[in-house]
Amino acid sequence: MAVKLMQGNEAIAKGAVAAGCRFYAGYPITPSTEVAEVLSRELPKVGGKFIQMEDEIASMAAIIGARVGGLKSMTATSGPGFSLMQENIGYAAMTEVPCVIVNVQRLGPSTGQPTAASQGDVMQARWGTHGDHPIIVLSPISVRHSFDLTIKAFDFSEKYRTPVILLTDEIIGHMREPVELPDFKTVKIFEHSVTEKPADYKAYRNGPGDVPPMAAFGTGYRYHITGLFHDEVGFPTQRLDEIDPWLERVNTKLTNHMDEIALYEEDYEDGAKVALLSYGCSARTARHAMKLARAQGQKVDLLSLFTIWPFPEKQVEALGDKVDRIVVPEMNRGQLALEVERIVGRKKVRRVGLANGEMVTPQMVLEKMGG
Amino acid sequence: MSQHILDAAALNQDEALIPKSGWFEQSETLQKLRKNKKFPTIWCPGCGIGVVMGALIRAIDHLGLKNDDVALVAGIGCTARMPVYMDFNTLHTTHGRALAFATGLKIARPDMKVIAIMGDGDALAIGGNHFIHAARRNLGITALVVNNSIYGMTGGQYSPTTPLGKRATTAPYGNVEPPFPVCDLAIAAGATYVARSTVYHALELDKFLAEAIAKDGFSLVEAVSYCHTTYGRLNKLGTAADMMRALKDNSISRTAFDAMSPEQKADNTKIVRGKFVDIDRPQYTAIYANLITRVQGGEK
Repeated sequence: MAVKLMQGNEAIAKGAVAAGCRFYAGYPITPSTEVAEVLSRELPKVGGKFIQMEDEIASMAAIIGARVGGLKSMTATSGPGFSLMQENIGYAAMTEVPCVIVNVQRLGPSTGQPTAASQGDVMQARWGTHGDHPIIVLSPISVRHSFDLTIKAFDFSEKYRTPVILLTDEIIGHMREPVELPDFKTVKIFEHSVTEKPADYKAYRNGPGDVPPMAAFGTGYRYHITGLFHDEVGFPTQRLDEIDPWLERVNTKLTNHMDEIALYEEDYEDGAKVALLSYGCSARTARHAMKLARAQGQKVDLLSLFTIWPFPEKQVEALGDKVDRIVVPEMNRGQLALEVERIVGRKKVRRVGLANGEMVTPQMVLEKMGG
Repeated sequence: MSQHILDAAALNQDEALIPKSGWFEQSETLQKLRKNKKFPTIWCPGCGIGVVMGALIRAIDHLGLKNDDVALVAGIGCTARMPVYMDFNTLHTTHGRALAFATGLKIARPDMKVIAIMGDGDALAIGGNHFIHAARRNLGITALVVNNSIYGMTGGQYSPTTPLGKRATTAPYGNVEPPFPVCDLAIAAGATYVARSTVYHALELDKFLAEAIAKDGFSLVEAVSYCHTTYGRLNKLGTAADMMRALKDNSISRTAFDAMSPEQKADNTKIVRGKFVDIDRPQYTAIYANLITRVQGGEK
């Protein structure tokens, strides 16, 4: 494909089509709406289906329903809509139905500033729905990266039977960059294959392996799906001997596979004693600050996290062992910094947080790096 | 593990509860119940919801549908527990959202018969928005609303169909809100099939459900039931049998209603049973399939 000038949101829509997404349900909201607009045009071309629902609660429900019917599915939203989706995101986690939720973050709380950027939904993306649950959250740093991580989101979501949140922001979503996309035919993602006979099929079997294959409705595998605690065939249960193995399996099925799920980029220098750690749009600020510091002869490390949940503890711990100080720029009052502090200790962490819609500047980062 | 749970588990496996006469194997209708599901049901003895489940099974059986081709989608509440007992593709979702989940499923699998099973609170309070929009879109889904005028599972709070003045645990001095007329709401929103009966008139429910499921469009069947445990007790309406009898005495057919004078109609307080709408208009998934054909044919 030729090089094209493209927005981040458009790249997400293209990534979804490339990943085999064939159902989109959503509700218009700034600054995510371009994802819906592009998919309303593109999905019918490949036999896919687009629907604009009556609200975000319904959108989230519809994409789960469509995946239960066998179509890979996605929705996109921003802060207020993301809040409305939380209950059904928990339902997807509980019922282990793959789906992708794009949150193009804007400034909150409440209506906040619809056209201003933010990274204020980091904690909500992890803990927005009630109860302990597994979830994967990916955060892109460029337009092309938005395309690539959307495909990863579908791949992880299928492979681990979990909702995956693509947590981008107004800056990456609306930014235009020249990109060259790969031939969609070369994109491969995980596909479920059920080998058991219908009578032997257990949609929630606890082993072997930690992710049982998922059968779609209407394919001869009639089974029950519920948001209640359930046994291996999906029936509601209150028996601890049936609940406990399930709880153990779903709450470790991601953390057991962090070697694959943790996506990040390290740019380290021997002897550096200060590091920058960031994600999303702020990772671009961190990269700029790193270049300025290095140009002045200062040694500095940069860790850009693309997977932010489950938190890549191993990589952050190793960085904490290497340097004396980690500066964490982000467009909130210090959300991911809390996780970094949890791993490396508060004394090593310096937060650079802005929650007024303005980007953190490289100069602000440089000031925190010094002495 | 509590003693209560142990007892329930023992009860579920009690072979004595399962008749040995072979009735299960011999009944084609009962074959649609789940053989491996733990019975008894969660419903109180005497509840009307079981009658609706029977009617639904008979309607599906009457249409000769294969179990694989039917999906039951439910929200939360006593009625929403119905699908788990039946041997179809069954999706028990979140409160109020059955129709929104069903929307995704129906669009993914237009060939399947998708039936959304809801109580009055589920369908019309928390799920009211989805109810009118599913009807407006004319998605080929059957909405089965079991209307018992109360939130039963949470213990008897007033719902959007609790009659004015009736008592509920959250209306201790009588309900001050007027109720929704369920069928009128569906008609106004664009449903292509709308009918109402009661759990006393089980065979009429069979017929309406069969017609609704066969309909290629959004169809609604309101099954008027009762909750003797909460609503009946709070309003001194007697036993389950008394409340069942009241449905017989306090309902009339649409034919009888239509024969009334305008004055009589205005004064009527009885439940009107019958079919109110049976029309054809283009169904959503058919329209969308056509859109795909047009777009793939090169239309800009």
